[in-house]
Amino acid sequence: MRIVVAMSGGVDSSVAAALLRDEGHDVIGVSMQLYDQSEGQTSFGSCCSIDDLHDARRVAAAIDIPHYIVNFERQFDEQVVSNFVREYATGRTPLPCAHCNSDLKFATLADRALGFGAAAVATGHYARVDCDAASGRYLLKRGIDPAKDQSYFLFSLTQDQLAVARFPVGGRPKDAVRDYARARRLPVADKPDSQEICFIPDNDYRSFVEKQLPGGPGDGTFVDERGRVLGTHEGIHRFTVGQRKGLRLASSTGTPMYVLALRPAEQQVVVGPRTSLEQTRLTASGVNWIAVEPAGSVQAHVQIRHRHQPAAATVRSLGDARAEVVFDVPQIAITPGQAVVFYDGDVVVGGGWID
Amino acid sequence: MRVYFDYNATTPLAPEVLDAVTRSSADVFGNASSIHRFGQQAKATLDEARSAVATLVGGDPSEVVFTSGGTEADNFAIRGAAEALEPTGRRHLIASAVEHEAVLNTFKALARRGWRTTLLPVGESGVVSPVRLREAITTETALVSVMHANNEIGTIQPIAALAEIAHEHGALMHTDAVQSAGKIPVDVRALGVDLLALSAHKFNGPKGAGVLWIKRGTRMQPAMTGGRHERNRRAGTENVPAIAGLGVAARLARGKLSAEGARVAALRDRLETQILATVPGTAVNGARDARVPNTTNISFDRVEAESLLIALDLEGVAVSTGSACSSGTLEPSHVLKAMGLPAHRTQNSLRFSLGMFSTDAEVDFVVGLLPRLVEKLRGLSRKVG
Repeated sequence: MRIVVAMSGGVDSSVAAALLRDEGHDVIGVSMQLYDQSEGQTSFGSCCSIDDLHDARRVAAAIDIPHYIVNFERQFDEQVVSNFVREYATGRTPLPCAHCNSDLKFATLADRALGFGAAAVATGHYARVDCDAASGRYLLKRGIDPAKDQSYFLFSLTQDQLAVARFPVGGRPKDAVRDYARARRLPVADKPDSQEICFIPDNDYRSFVEKQLPGGPGDGTFVDERGRVLGTHEGIHRFTVGQRKGLRLASSTGTPMYVLALRPAEQQVVVGPRTSLEQTRLTASGVNWIAVEPAGSVQAHVQIRHRHQPAAATVRSLGDARAEVVFDVPQIAITPGQAVVFYDGDVVVGGGWID
Repeated sequence: MRVYFDYNATTPLAPEVLDAVTRSSADVFGNASSIHRFGQQAKATLDEARSAVATLVGGDPSEVVFTSGGTEADNFAIRGAAEALEPTGRRHLIASAVEHEAVLNTFKALARRGWRTTLLPVGESGVVSPVRLREAITTETALVSVMHANNEIGTIQPIAALAEIAHEHGALMHTDAVQSAGKIPVDVRALGVDLLALSAHKFNGPKGAGVLWIKRGTRMQPAMTGGRHERNRRAGTENVPAIAGLGVAARLARGKLSAEGARVAALRDRLETQILATVPGTAVNGARDARVPNTTNISFDRVEAESLLIALDLEGVAVSTGSACSSGTLEPSHVLKAMGLPAHRTQNSLRFSLGMFSTDAEVDFVVGLLPRLVEKLRGLSRKVG
């Protein structure tokens, strides 16, 4: 089978390509150039830099597959970067990797792959896809390695996208992936994992947003839960719900203060004690049901950010790709803009964007 | 079947060239500057190549300076002339907008150091009009640099007319003949140029060897400083095996210029005509009359060139979009942009460039393949553009 592998130059997608190659598939490596590197820019983040493109090419040569760099600068800017900036400017905390997966890798790239005669698109994500014989639907499942699972970032894949998606490393623990890379003598076998958002230089998203949004969102005030002004700040994009560092505010009682909410219309950052961060209910939009959309409500384990321990909750579809989640016990820092993903064990039932 | 239709990027070695490179690598290891017999043998190899190049371009062997390739020759021509003329107050440089990056980026570098630069526009045909040069040139112009043939569309520029205007104003005339030397007759006297760059690997010679032809008496700053190689114009021990290959390639090209030109032109014309006839929504970019015989540049409506290039490669056919940037990815062509083509056409155009080993069977194979590939990509292009 001809399979296009999205190669970032990291160890996971490199091993994904090698595994498919070793299974005898006709593998084509494709790396996406996502921002202008004509001036040899090195100040960008850690993934998909020009060095990573070179690494991908070296891996492709080592496993003897064709490799192409495709230019998705325009699409990346329109579909991922603009959304990222807009979300921060409106008081939300974006999750660009999830948009990149569903709007770029498994959309634009998948279209290209079909044009190259490929039947599937593989990435180095730690997740698994199964076909449910009973319902005939494709199911997204967590990767085997709980510490590396990335299904949270893939919740928005549609049935059409899952039908062509392959995650060759999802069934392996990370150690085994590194071992495979070493045994296969891949040039990236010992390359460190990337952590940051790939297009943010020096892990400084605030400067990035400010450069993209000259003049806005502008200064504003800190207020407490009763609306009393406690001080001023340099723009709501600098804050995230649950944030404690960098507020430079002390409450009268000396208890630490946290960001509770962001009010874009008033440019206000609402702060308060940790107990006020606890909430039991959220609603989500842009909900994608991977398993069948529930008629009534279902019990699920619900994850509200990447490193969140899933919590028991009742999930109810509100129609129009919206859903309500009510947790059994209150959760800390439910953050608008992040993904909320519903799990039944290892299976992703669905997910959406927190309102 | 594997088909290589990217001869403007580089060419395979002619068998005679391979033989010359191999033999001189094995046998002629001496330093051409050495006094002993080993050195004399190397020097003789260089002299032979120098004569062959001089014959190819209609110049004198003493005017031939070996470089590492076309890019170095262009850099040398522009920087060497600009710096030599700097004390005279001539601080203005003119090039066309469709030059190779070797020229354009050298202009940018000099502009940052205070030179004034002008890029001449081209029309939809891709040709530079002498009228535009007349408008731009002044008595402060040091150098006019216009390529003989364009690498992306193959268009041949009216160098003789441009050189005449340059000289009327006391400026030097340089031409980047990298895409014309070895393909069409190149005669430095008829063109009336002062400087001419060429590169061996564009006409079945090896990589790493090129030439800047410098008209006798032209004042130039040296390209490299060091020993007294190349009459003090380009220091550094000569790459004897590559230069030996360059000499043989020049001799071969010169010997069969018209016959091979006609053969390749017939192949190119058939490829072009059949693509236009069998693939709907196609058009040739640039003038079809004044072109090098091996090149055609065709736009395919509603197809991203990048995708079509990859789809062709996966079927064994190597072509190009004509402007591969340094990271190996694809950007809209500055040449097609300068010709005033709409944005979508600058991104859906492919260059097919043929050469020594191209055959009728290869043309048939590509023509048989394209309609199906284009149709498939168009069917998927709903999210594209």
